[in-house]
Amino acid sequence: MSEPWDAVVIGAGPAGMAAASTLAEGGVRTLLVDEQAELGGQIYRAIERNRADPALARILGPDYLKGGMLVDRLRASPAQLALSTLVWRIDDDLTVWTRTAGTVAAVRASAIIVATGAMERPAPTAGWTLPGVMTIGALQILLKSARLTPSGRLVLAGSGPLFYLFARQCVAAGVKDLTLLDTAPTRQMWSALPLLPSALGGEGWRYLTKGVKLLAALRLARVPVYRDVRDIAIEGDGRAEAVRFTTGRRAHRLPCDTVGLHEGVIPHQQMTRSLDVAHDFDEAQRCFRPRHDASGRLSKPGIFVAGDAGGIIGAEASAQDGAIAALSALHDLGRLTDEARDRRIAEAGRVRRAHLTARPFLDRLYQPRAAVLDPPDAVTVCRCEVVTAGALRDVANKGAPGPNQAKAFLRCGMGPCQGRLCGPTVTAVFARETGLDPAETGYYHIRSPLKPITVGELAGAAGAVEREG
Amino acid sequence: MFRRIDGGDNGTAGALSFDGQAIPFRAGDTVAAALLAAGVADVRDNPVDGSRRAPYCMMGVCFECLVEIDGRQNQQACLVAAKPGMRIRRQAGARLLPEGAL
Repeated sequence: MSEPWDAVVIGAGPAGMAAASTLAEGGVRTLLVDEQAELGGQIYRAIERNRADPALARILGPDYLKGGMLVDRLRASPAQLALSTLVWRIDDDLTVWTRTAGTVAAVRASAIIVATGAMERPAPTAGWTLPGVMTIGALQILLKSARLTPSGRLVLAGSGPLFYLFARQCVAAGVKDLTLLDTAPTRQMWSALPLLPSALGGEGWRYLTKGVKLLAALRLARVPVYRDVRDIAIEGDGRAEAVRFTTGRRAHRLPCDTVGLHEGVIPHQQMTRSLDVAHDFDEAQRCFRPRHDASGRLSKPGIFVAGDAGGIIGAEASAQDGAIAALSALHDLGRLTDEARDRRIAEAGRVRRAHLTARPFLDRLYQPRAAVLDPPDAVTVCRCEVVTAGALRDVANKGAPGPNQAKAFLRCGMGPCQGRLCGPTVTAVFARETGLDPAETGYYHIRSPLKPITVGELAGAAGAVEREG
Repeated sequence: MFRRIDGGDNGTAGALSFDGQAIPFRAGDTVAAALLAAGVADVRDNPVDGSRRAPYCMMGVCFECLVEIDGRQNQQACLVAAKPGMRIRRQAGARLLPEGAL
């Protein structure tokens, strides 16, 4: 085991980069770990390669380029980076188990900040396992990291800020054959309206202006949009060939080559779940988030959560969130006075709040539609073990109390993704069937290793620890 | 089906192989991006129902892009940087047991 770090930050997105910079600048030995080969997380993915590329900068827009400032600050700080490095276990004594290129290591820390970000809400849909169907986030990652755009007939289906943003980026990137299937029920706009005035405060008006501009640009480009889309089913023989859907009483069928699905984002809870800390169900965002105090502190001593991993707040608020957790940790480590901590946290908190004014409005406007949370019987919910919503309802109605029993009966959540892509839906289906709320229904027990580690890799680590010991 | 936004070709940084087929790639491509750019439609068969699967999330959460890379099975193609000479093989069915995952 190598010598201990003062702080280990997990995740190099906005929250993690800001946290690691703040910690390292504060004089503590800081290690920033990320599974990806590059800094930026998903939102600022490949920012260091792309920032000097005018073509991509034009397509991706100014908000993406803001990631450059976080990267510059981090690179100028003494924080040490461990990229292409997986964290697969955190022990109660703050040992962080990593794997880099097949080599397992254990590092000790005095403080840990979990900044593992968001993932897209699983969008169980008939035919969503077919090749040619990807998440919109995945399509955007291909654009950011490999300058790739879909070349054939592209159908984007879903709702939420990323749905419109990526559609706009496709137009800017020269995608010719694009159709949008907007799944947000129109009535949600009316229920969100009362939240609009407060959304205009702080920085909120910028988010809303950006949204209005996106929609105007899509209209100007004459991108076909179907609204209030329901009953989406993707069909094809071995790959996606067409999308069927309904609007009102009309049934449609669109031939396609690529389908992008997106129904908003939720905290990526795998790591915080594995820590066995309490998670609360956020009714407004319809997802679980780990219970934490205002500075991100979890109930496990020494461990903080920052950014979207603690509840969806977006990139800019996440950066402030990372700084706030780092300032609390610096204080814990004896590097900040009470006064300095409180003053700097108050500053970061003001900026954070300014970026959150539009959040309740957006959460209401883009609340996930019923079919995403509670899909029809025939739809596959667990992609790995091929378990349908109908099979889940069946075990729920036979008296299985919750997701962990469903796992035992059906193997859902036991495939390679370890429940990441079915867990949220399994909870929602069970809650609906049993009449309990999602908090009472609970979620899969998540245990380490968070990703498969081979016996060979572990044996290598044991050898290394023995030799050092 | 994908194209590079600059309309250029795929192979400026070398080539890997996918079941023997040469796959050119660019610097910064992950294995999954290189395969998609080259027109590879799917990379494995689901071990439960045999259905064809392809990269889905591109950020390491869905595990649909599992392939064999240089003899090591169950590698997430979306998290591994493409390198010249890499030998990628399609993964059919469940992982073979001898190496044994926990």
